[in-house]
Amino acid sequence: MSAVAQAPGPARFCLVLLRRQLTLAVRRPIEIGNPLLFFAMVVALFPLGLGPAPDQLAGFAPGILWIIALLSNLLTSDTVFRSDFEDGSLEQLLLAPQPLFLSVLAYIGAHWLLTGLLLALVSPVFALMLNLSAPAVGVLVASLLLGTAVLSLVGGIGAALTVGLKRGGMLISLLILPFYMPVLIFGSAAVRNAVLGIPATPYLAIIAAMLCLAIALAPLAIAAGLRISVDA
Amino acid sequence: MPQGPGDSLLAVYDLCLERGGRELFRDLAFEVSPGQLLQVDGPNGAGKTSLLRILAGLSRYGFSGRVERRTPLLYLGHHPAVKALLTPRENLAWHVAGEAAYNDGQIEEALARVGLYGYEDVPSHALSAGQHRRVNLARLYLSHCPLWLLDEPFTAIDKGGVAELETLLVEHVGRGGAVVLTSHQVLRVACRVQVLSLTEGLLA
Repeated sequence: MSAVAQAPGPARFCLVLLRRQLTLAVRRPIEIGNPLLFFAMVVALFPLGLGPAPDQLAGFAPGILWIIALLSNLLTSDTVFRSDFEDGSLEQLLLAPQPLFLSVLAYIGAHWLLTGLLLALVSPVFALMLNLSAPAVGVLVASLLLGTAVLSLVGGIGAALTVGLKRGGMLISLLILPFYMPVLIFGSAAVRNAVLGIPATPYLAIIAAMLCLAIALAPLAIAAGLRISVDA
Repeated sequence: MPQGPGDSLLAVYDLCLERGGRELFRDLAFEVSPGQLLQVDGPNGAGKTSLLRILAGLSRYGFSGRVERRTPLLYLGHHPAVKALLTPRENLAWHVAGEAAYNDGQIEEALARVGLYGYEDVPSHALSAGQHRRVNLARLYLSHCPLWLLDEPFTAIDKGGVAELETLLVEHVGRGGAVVLTSHQVLRVACRVQVLSLTEGLLA
């Protein structure tokens, strides 16, 4: 038996996983486009439902934009581990001589880059459609950047727990929607403050604190959920 | 080889498993030592896959008994863990099993050994089911794990591939590795094959 080959370091392994997930997503661009398309379609519906008065739309805009961002995140959170579960990759990931905490973070990181980050980057366009004031747009992007990362992490817990179920779609919504609420409350409040000209940083700081907590704890829950799902 | 001949790679004590109210096996006890080729035998539904998942550490609940794993192991299950959207080269280079960072040369050689020379950069969805299995089997040529747990490794593999795989198993055992596999085929190998019956324990 030759000398045992060196396993890659955890950081390097995470980069490999990240690259793998991003490559997989880029080769199926419709999956990246879906949440953005959903965002665009629903935003376009609101002026039709609420009436096109710019002032009224601007008043509702923070809440509207945040709710749609939350829903489009919810739509995709189901898929984080699904294909890896179906083709057996997840078993191999659990057996890997690598810290599962970090591997899971890499998966969630890839999910956030493809949904949350892209949503935050395109959100100014939709904010202008709803007549959101210019200073609030910056706060919207910042709150979405922080908030969607929390949503991805929390959604990952639901995805890990329901990945073994044939139809986990509705169950995952029930499981994780309550945990999405605080993010929605503080996220939309930050944008509303910015609209009113009040400093939004306290709210952003609270979302950032939630993110810190989620980064520390969610991977533990996700890892446990994956072990249970693969075991069953 | 760090282990002496007396040290086993895997030891199983008093393993009992029940599924759906049926007892699949009870008081199963055996050791797997370097140089051992162990074939798990039993009809469909006897619990062969369940046993292998317990040995690998994927199943952690629902059975009683103890499994000691003393070396890194390589587990190949029913699902090939091959991503259709990645090429065979990417599948191996970015494999989630994370055992080691292989260079291009090693991967090309392993793919050539499983008969996929020229398919390295073809998207895997253009490959057949048997070729997917072969991509997965290429991991055996790359791996340095002493213990292999293989669940039905011959499924969807053609006759020539089976013969090559049998040769590989003999080589691995000859190097001081050990193999536990489930298969309904009679192995034609030039070394001793021990048979583990789930009902009667280790046969000679």
